[in-house]
Amino acid sequence: MSIASGRPDSADLADRARHWAAAYVHIPFCARLCPYCDFAVVTGRDGSVPRYVTALRKEIAGEPDWRPLDAIYVGGGTPSRLTPEQLGVIVDDLGKKFGLADQAEVSLEANPEDWDFTLAEGLLGAGFERVSFGAQSFDPAVLGSLGRVHNPGQAASAVSVARRAGFRSVNIDLIFGTPGETEASWRASLDRALALEPDHLSLYALTVERGTELSRAVAAGAAAPDPDAQADAYEAAETACRAAGLIHYEVSNWARPDHGCVYNLITWAQGEYLAFGTGAHSHRDGVRRRNVRRFDAYLERIEGGQSPQQGEEALDPWEREQERLMIGLRRTAGVVPGQGGEALLGSTWGNRLQEAGVLGLVGGRLTVLKPLLGDEVGRAVLALQPGER
Amino acid sequence: MNIRNFSIIAHIDHGKSTLADRLLERTGAISAREMREQVLDTMDLERERGITIKAQSVRLIYRAVDGQDYILNLIDTPGHVDFSYEVSRSLAACEGAVLLVDAAQGVQAQTLANAFLALEAGLEIIPVVNKIDLPAAEPDKAAAELASVLGIHPDEVIRISAKTGGGIEELLERIVRDVPTPPQRPDQPLRALVFDSYYDAYRGVVCYVRVVDGSLHDGDTVLFTATSEKHEASEVGVLTPRAVRVPALGTGEVGYLITGVKEIDRIRVGDTVMHAARIAEPLPGYQDPKSMVYSGLFPADGEDFERLREALEKLRLNDSALVYEPETSRALGFGFRCGFLGLLHMEIIRERLEREYDLDLVATAPSVAYQVTLTDGSVQEIRSPQDLPDADRIDHMDEPFLKAMIIAPSEYVGTIMELVQTRRGMMEHMQYLSPERVELIYHLPLAEVVFDFFDNLKSRTRGYASLDYEPLDYRVADLVRVDILLNGQPVDAFSTVIHRDKAYQYGKRMVERLRKLIPRQLFDVPIQAAIGSRIISRETVKATRKDVIAKCYGGDVSRKRKLLERQKEGKKRMKMVGQVEVPQEAFISALQTDTDR
Repeated sequence: MSIASGRPDSADLADRARHWAAAYVHIPFCARLCPYCDFAVVTGRDGSVPRYVTALRKEIAGEPDWRPLDAIYVGGGTPSRLTPEQLGVIVDDLGKKFGLADQAEVSLEANPEDWDFTLAEGLLGAGFERVSFGAQSFDPAVLGSLGRVHNPGQAASAVSVARRAGFRSVNIDLIFGTPGETEASWRASLDRALALEPDHLSLYALTVERGTELSRAVAAGAAAPDPDAQADAYEAAETACRAAGLIHYEVSNWARPDHGCVYNLITWAQGEYLAFGTGAHSHRDGVRRRNVRRFDAYLERIEGGQSPQQGEEALDPWEREQERLMIGLRRTAGVVPGQGGEALLGSTWGNRLQEAGVLGLVGGRLTVLKPLLGDEVGRAVLALQPGER
Repeated sequence: MNIRNFSIIAHIDHGKSTLADRLLERTGAISAREMREQVLDTMDLERERGITIKAQSVRLIYRAVDGQDYILNLIDTPGHVDFSYEVSRSLAACEGAVLLVDAAQGVQAQTLANAFLALEAGLEIIPVVNKIDLPAAEPDKAAAELASVLGIHPDEVIRISAKTGGGIEELLERIVRDVPTPPQRPDQPLRALVFDSYYDAYRGVVCYVRVVDGSLHDGDTVLFTATSEKHEASEVGVLTPRAVRVPALGTGEVGYLITGVKEIDRIRVGDTVMHAARIAEPLPGYQDPKSMVYSGLFPADGEDFERLREALEKLRLNDSALVYEPETSRALGFGFRCGFLGLLHMEIIRERLEREYDLDLVATAPSVAYQVTLTDGSVQEIRSPQDLPDADRIDHMDEPFLKAMIIAPSEYVGTIMELVQTRRGMMEHMQYLSPERVELIYHLPLAEVVFDFFDNLKSRTRGYASLDYEPLDYRVADLVRVDILLNGQPVDAFSTVIHRDKAYQYGKRMVERLRKLIPRQLFDVPIQAAIGSRIISRETVKATRKDVIAKCYGGDVSRKRKLLERQKEGKKRMKMVGQVEVPQEAFISALQTDTDR
């Protein structure tokens, strides 16, 4: 069982998650760089994995004591480039240092091409019980243009191997709206993913992030993702997921009951989490901190006995209220209106958004009714002045 | 006294300022060490554009071949058509004019127009071909053209190079020989012509005057006829070109007068100065400066409204032809409706506001003043499309026409005719100045000229055509107001009064342009062009369908918040037209004049 039992879109779950605790661990290693990716990643540095694991352990050891963890999330990069032993040591360290709550969710991201039965068993032994596969698409042409090296068959088999090995919860990531992806191709990818009966599905509109190979290509004249085509793809996905029994619980996330992602639920509830590794962001005691992003700088700082922390952000109470709405409204469950929600509902922009059917009160909760226009709401929230009515 | 008062008439870049420099140098008015090229053009903008905006004058002492000293008063004239009234006032202060023509370019329309002004004023014309040192120079051809236009013999044309100084001697001698001595009427009551003025921060308004009759003494109490104001002449003097105080200016002399007046509009160019105690008949020809072109000027940032007002006040200190009144636009906020002498004047003012006062401006499309006759028989002058009465109250409308003179190489006659035809022009006259060059006279609606006519003419003729125009009359025209509506709301800044035949084209172009400039909103935004309640064109900006960050996880919160903050700041700079957010840039881009009108 998961601590996130019940419907993933329930208001109760959404609000409870605020009080949970999580730890995020970043594994930056990748076989190659995907053109759209703007995460802290390194390629060709696999030789430094042991050094990095040692650094992570040192960083974890140096973190002040905290409360037991309800979730551990190992993301990347590509965590599956590490051995189950290496990952297991980190999970052990976290458990020993902070303690693990009952039914804590221990999750990692994996690339389908790395996955096999041995690895899966090793990871289960290391304490993982949830896996998230970067399948991205089941169309070889789309996979090619996304720079992915696996083939559709590998993604499908990874999911069934994970199931057979005994993973409690399996997620599939897909990316839609790649220029050149047709409606039919998207429908086929989606159907193929749904046929694998994942417990959780994350569907992301391809986004051109600054500083990526994709953004340079677009600047040089390559086709950019078309927001209208992405809207079509999104709407098709909503219908298909609903038919497959998956519950839409955040802008880009669907899950079966009992399978909401604990670590992410904490983020959207403005809950707190520790974070370790290159470019990792934590939220503790009301302060958001971020680690240095560059791989060598991270190692040097840790090995030199320095803090890897590069910046922090402490918001004032009003800004925190705005932040609570900005991220909380990404959920289907919405938010308790509170001071910020009241202000939003009474503001000019809030009125416009209600008239346009984007924003509304559902069962007393402030809710974004058209998740595709969520940023309009986010900007309106950030435009509110303290005490505005 | 041996006085010669003269000016130089020349087309832009034909070398007037260089010639003035040479004359100053040659007569020792200014030493070579002090010599800054083109001394008479003092404003930066003038130096950059190579044009003279404000006329100035300078007094030169020249010892002629006959051994006598002569006072040569060189009165500078503005070179552009917008300032023809100022030209005519400068010419009225002279007895002679040097008509300067570039040996490579030949006679141009403005030169000719100003030469005719000089002839009408009874001035002695000294024809000069300049730049004979240039490789492309064809002095014989230019001289023949000049001779044919003026009806003189080509031998009478002086050939010089203002750059090298060649021929300057001969020119100076000709000025002494041909320009008449001013009539001597020292005992007559004082009459002095104000041919220019400028505002000096320390001394107030400085008037340039030509004493026509009598004499003007330091300390005299004088009357300005146009304003009926009396002031004491606190200082009189001459420009050498530095200001040199003198006890008096006698008949025929040119100099400056300071009275302590601080407001430029209390001193009118063209006015007559008299002794308050000895009134005479004013000199003829005074006119109030008349605006030909109007445009709304708005600060791009509404916060700058006060700065714009102050800047306009300051500019007006030196430019009484600039008129403005506050105007409010729903789309652009608070600004000013400004009247200009012409397009160049408008452009200069805009540039000076942006450059010297560091203002970011949005200018509405230039318009002209229409005479609207209402059904009740009354007549209104309409300077802004918003002021146009409802169509059912209008009996008819008249628009200002120009007489335009175009001089161009004959091979471009076809393309010029084509252009003028699209601008509703009517040809009045065509004549060959030489086998290669032709002069065309058209009657054209001013409204058609204010939109890029000159740019178009230049590009069609590879820069070889020159244009001059003068106001002609008002003529009945089939005019309509085209409104542009965003989501059903008219955007005042985009309304225009236009000939019915061109209304559809204008409307279609504006809505197409705006469709590309207006970002998608929460709802579909129809953009329409309308004449009254009739829609003549329509486009739609489709509602936004997707505007959401795909991923927002633990590591993304701060970054995504900052991204939304930035976008929010961008939204703040948008103006609301009804429920529609319009970026400032959309107004600017949509109002940019274009070449396809």
